[in-house]
This record gives sequence, structure tokens and C-alpha cells, in this order.
Amino acid sequence: MAIPKIPEFKAEWKEGEEGRWGMAVDMDLCTGCQACVVACSMENNVPFVGEAEAGYGRSLGWIRVERLWEGQYPEVKMTPYQPVMCQQCGSAPCEPVCPVFATVHSQAEQLNVQVYNRCVGTRYCANNCPYVVRVFNWADFDRPDPLPNQFNPDVTVRRRGVMEKCTFCIQRIHRAEDQAKAEGREVLDGEAQPACAQACPADAIVFGRLDDPESRVSKLSRSNRGSHLLEELGTQPRVTYLKGGSNDRLG
Amino acid sequence: MTVSAKALAQVHPEAHEHDHEAELRKEHLMLDPKPRGEMNALVMEAMLTTSWKFWAVAGLMALVTVVGLFGMWGYSISEGMYTASVNRPMYWSYFLVHTVFWIGISHAGTFVSALLRVFRAEFRRPFTRAAELMTTFALAQAGIHIFAHMGRVWLAYWMFPIPTQRLIWPNLHSPLMWDFLAINTYLLSSTMYLFLPLIPDLAMARDRSTGWRKSVYRVLALGFRGTESEWTHLRIALNIFAFAILPVMFSVHTIVSWDFAAAMRPGWSSTIFGPYFVVGALQSGVSAVAMVVITVRATMKNMTYFVRPEHFDALGKLMLIISMAWAYFFFNDYMVQWYGGDSFTDSLLHFHEAGPGGWVWFLMLITNILVPWLVLWNKQWRRNPWILFTVGLLANVGMWAERFIIVPVSLQINRVPFMWGHGVKIFRETFPYVSVEIPIFIGSVAFFVLLYMLASKFIPLVPVWEVQEGQMAHSIRRYGKEPVITVAELE
Repeated sequence: MAIPKIPEFKAEWKEGEEGRWGMAVDMDLCTGCQACVVACSMENNVPFVGEAEAGYGRSLGWIRVERLWEGQYPEVKMTPYQPVMCQQCGSAPCEPVCPVFATVHSQAEQLNVQVYNRCVGTRYCANNCPYVVRVFNWADFDRPDPLPNQFNPDVTVRRRGVMEKCTFCIQRIHRAEDQAKAEGREVLDGEAQPACAQACPADAIVFGRLDDPESRVSKLSRSNRGSHLLEELGTQPRVTYLKGGSNDRLG
Repeated sequence: MTVSAKALAQVHPEAHEHDHEAELRKEHLMLDPKPRGEMNALVMEAMLTTSWKFWAVAGLMALVTVVGLFGMWGYSISEGMYTASVNRPMYWSYFLVHTVFWIGISHAGTFVSALLRVFRAEFRRPFTRAAELMTTFALAQAGIHIFAHMGRVWLAYWMFPIPTQRLIWPNLHSPLMWDFLAINTYLLSSTMYLFLPLIPDLAMARDRSTGWRKSVYRVLALGFRGTESEWTHLRIALNIFAFAILPVMFSVHTIVSWDFAAAMRPGWSSTIFGPYFVVGALQSGVSAVAMVVITVRATMKNMTYFVRPEHFDALGKLMLIISMAWAYFFFNDYMVQWYGGDSFTDSLLHFHEAGPGGWVWFLMLITNILVPWLVLWNKQWRRNPWILFTVGLLANVGMWAERFIIVPVSLQINRVPFMWGHGVKIFRETFPYVSVEIPIFIGSVAFFVLLYMLASKFIPLVPVWEVQEGQMAHSIRRYGKEPVITVAELE
């Protein structure tokens, strides 16, 4: 994909720079089991909001499994399951609109990061996100026992009034990088795994470095089965969706 | 056949002409001068007279403000935004509707005052201050709604460009930051613009009051004594301000529209939103000026002398023209978006008209276009305060509906159909059983009315010196037997 020319205040990643994490999701393999959703919530201290609030669109999951119906009953055709999380855009629409620099590009990981303690809760970033993957802490939701016992100490517990979103499990990336640095080597392919990729029983989610042409995710991303979500908007998403026709049995 | 020469049938030509001139004087405030002392006394009396009804209404407004605005706002701060109607994907809702609503109302205050001053529209004279006061107080309500909408309002000062130990400057790439700066600029400049022409009237009040009022007015009047150089300076300053505040006024609502137009969303990303919003603001704002002027005339003492049907007439014409301009921009915006054929925009436009909120869309067209066009063309109707007030109220309902469609309704539709909206919930199962935006809005209306009521008893609501200046400039001359109004250049 040719990188389009984008305004200077949005252009964060340039071709050839180090540190570019990416993901490939094989929709032909995804069974829609929602294990990634659960694993993500466990890993990232995402609270459960209860049935009523979730019914009104206030669930805080960072990843969702989309499935749509095409056509009118009874001639319905199901689309393949599609896990959607933050696409970690190279030119992210959410970044320039934040008045307080709470959502920025990290220089080290080349990810789109949310700085919780800078966020004042204007929610403009979420309105400008074409993938609708950002979630807002509408309240300090209750965490009944024993849920507080399984907090992940590596992840901030967010309070009410701040925006949050998928981080590509940046804490796991850091752990792998620290380990590699301590052992004096590069991070191995597959060493850093976000919770969703780790939990996926079908191995539909593959994570790794896109700047290493030999990594598994790079090879998959170059596959001609691959496409990006809403690529036409020029957001340069880091997640590649693979789909090859073997899902026809679903229809 | 006899031919007889007769005078044309004209009964009492002298009396008829006399009536014509008297009619002119009755019609136009500018031609109906009163001695300066008498007029000053009229304004002072209007300011100082309060009845038990005034205090009863003011007390009620204060109660609604405290409970509805500050009580419910405090509750939502302590509980979180789930007390409002917002959700995913409708991250913005009524709070932003009401922000734009109040900014729109605040617009016409300056518009009526500055634009009409620049163009020397003489009918502006008695109610410029009433309009300017509206600007300042409505902007305060808009600010309250912006802050009420924030998730962590206690950190709002992080948006101020002040050096702090955080060493983070606000992000000037963000349209919200432009908005924040534009509204602050507008608040400061419109307050100064309110204060400048107030100085001679404060001096007038200072010379005619005693006690605490005298001490306060003495400070506020800045020692104005009415010398020639003071008047010259005031005129020059007002002229500069009237010209300078107009671009500020246009920029503010354009920038408010960029909060939406700069975002990459179907329905929002529209290049015509800037002027569309400016005209929309005037549509609601001029109507609000008419409503305020009618209310002031009906409730305050001596106001029937200053505000006359000629002013309703002029405001009604303005409302009609602005309604036409709004219809033009609405059609433009709709036409280009529809013709573009983007599938998500198509879905959105269809959702506007045929979705669950479709009746709001039709209500907007009826109250913003149909009602003014059918009513305001008639001179007798627009001179009737009841009719003009109703049309103004409906125009404000229509403009509220327009913002409602642009913010929460449009946010239901995005480019990911899996995440299309859940509707706008107003009622809740738990306390306070209604989304907090509703009581906060009612509270802000009450707060606006309360501030206006208190201000009307503290500053002269009629710019006496401007009225007197206008009356000095106007005279009736006779061309033959016909009385003709002439306006002299004073400077």
C-alpha cells in the first residue's frame, strides 16, 4: 500500500523506522468464540458494566467480534466473524483532535497510546474514530468480589471520566523487550503476544513486528487475502484482515 | 348638460396633515422626544421599581438554578457520565446540543447591536443593551454546558494555555482548543462591548442614586462626566469595537461548526457548516432578542415608551430574512451531501427523515421555514407581540431540533454498521429518573432568566444616551404639505 501524503501533525511513522507492531486476523479461522474478548478484559482490568448498561451501548470491551447478516430473511447470508480492536492507525484521526494531548503516538513502540491521567473526557477522539473502538468510563463501575483479586498489576485501573482503548497489550510488549534486552538479543517473533492472540484457540490472531519482513505477521500482511478496514480513509491501520473465500460454507 | 366645478372631496385637510405627523411621532421613538431629565427618570424608575412578583419569580428561578443546574451537575460529576444519555457510539449528546444552542442565542446580541450600529439602523437604539446582555449571559450558559459535558471537569484548567508543572501545552491542532479560545475571546470582547456604551448611563445613574448604588456606580462609571473629549473617545472606541467584534462573532460560530465539520464523520464533514451554523445562530438569536424585548416591554415599567411596534416590525423583518438565509444554507448542505452519494451519508440522511427521530427533522423544517414564511410577511401580524413571541419561540425550538439532529441523531450512524446507535435515552431506571441533561438545561434557562432579571435591576436596560442622541438627530421636515423624516449627521 502506497503511503499517502498526510499533514505533518498527523504523520508519525515513516517508512524504514524501527518499531512497528502489527496484527493479522484471519477471518477464515475465527470461530467467533469471544475468548479474545474475555482474555482482553482479564488482562487489561476492563470492568463489567452489567446487562442494563451494556444494552445501552456502555460496555467497555476493548475488542468486539463483529458479525452481520446480509439480505432479508430467509435468504440471509452471514458475514465472517471479525474481531475489531483499535487499529493503531499510522495516521490516527483520534490524535489531532484531543485538546490536551491525551492520545498520542508513542515514539518507542509506534503505537497510538492513550494517556489516562491526561484525559479530561471531552470524548472528541471517540467521535472521530471511524472504527468506533474507543470506550469511555461512564462511571466507576462496581467490581464485585472476587474480581478485584485478579487485577493485572501491570495495567492502570482507570477511573470514571477517561477514555480508553486497546493498547496492543503494551505491557506485554515491554516485558518481552525488557527480557530480550536483559539477555542481549532482539525480541523473537511471537515472544510478545497480546492477550487476545494468546487466547485465540483457532490461532486466528497473529501479532508481531511489521518492520521485520520475515516475521509471521509481516508475511501474512503481505498475503493477497489481506485488506484493511476503511483503508480508503487514509488512516494507515496496523491490523490486516485475511479472508479467502473458505467461509462460503457459512452462507 | 351642465358642468359644475367643485373642490375635490377632502375633509379638513389641515386636520389630516396634523394627524399624519402625530402618527409618525406615535410610531417612531426617534420622533417622539422627551426632555432629557424626564427620560432619565423613566429609565431610573424602570430600574428601581420591583414588585413582589419580581422577587417571587426571581426566587423561583434561583431555586430551579440551584436544584436543576448546580444540584444535578454536581450529581453527575460525582457519579460519572452514565447519568447522562451518552453511550457508544453517541459520545456527545444533549450537552453539546445545548452548548451550540446557547452560543447561537448569544450570537444575535452582538449581531443586532454591532451590525446595526455599523449600518446605522436607527431602530436598534432602545434595545442594543438588552441584546448585548443576552450575549454575555447566554455565553455563560454555553460555558456551563461545555464543562458539564466533560468527563473530568475538575481538570478543565488543563485546557488553559497556562504554564504549569505538567509542562504540557494544550493541543492547538484540536478544534476543541480553537473553540475554547474563540469562545473566550468572544466572551471577553462582548463583555467589553457591553460595558463601553454602558459608561454614560452608569454616570447618569450615579448622579441620580444614593447609598450603595452610588458607590458602585461611581466606580463603574470610571469618572465619566460627559465632556466633549470623553464623548469623542467613547464614539471612537465604540466604532472600533463595533467593526472589530463582527469578525469575532462570525469566527466563533464558524469554529463551533468546525468541531463537527473537521471530524471525519458522515453528515458532519461538510464544508458549508461554517456559514450554515452562523446563519443558524442568527436564526435562534434574533428570535431570542425579539422574545427578550417583548418580555422586557411587558414586565418592566415605562418600557412601552421605549419599545414600540416599530421595533417588533423591524425584528420581524430580520427574522424573516434570516429564516430565508437559513433555508438556503440548509438546502445547500442537504443537496450536496445527498448528491455526493456516499453510502454512509445516504444512510444518515435517510435516518434523519425516516428514523425514529424523523418527526424532529420535520418539526425543524416547519418551525424554521414554514412558520416564519407564512406569518412574518404580514405587517400587522409581526407587529403583534404575541404572534412575534410565538414565532420566535418556535424558531428557537426549530434551531434546538436542528442541533439535536446534528449531534445525537447523526452520531447514531457511522462507518461501522455493527456499531450503529441505540437511540437516545431520556428516562432512567434509577435516580434522577431522567437524564441529567434535561434538569441541567432547565436550570440553565432559569439561570439565564435570573441573571437577566438581576441585571435589569442593576444597570439601566435602555441606553438612554443612545436614544437621546438619536432623537436629537431626527426631525420632521415638510416638503409641501407632506411631513418627511430626516436624520442629521451628529459627528
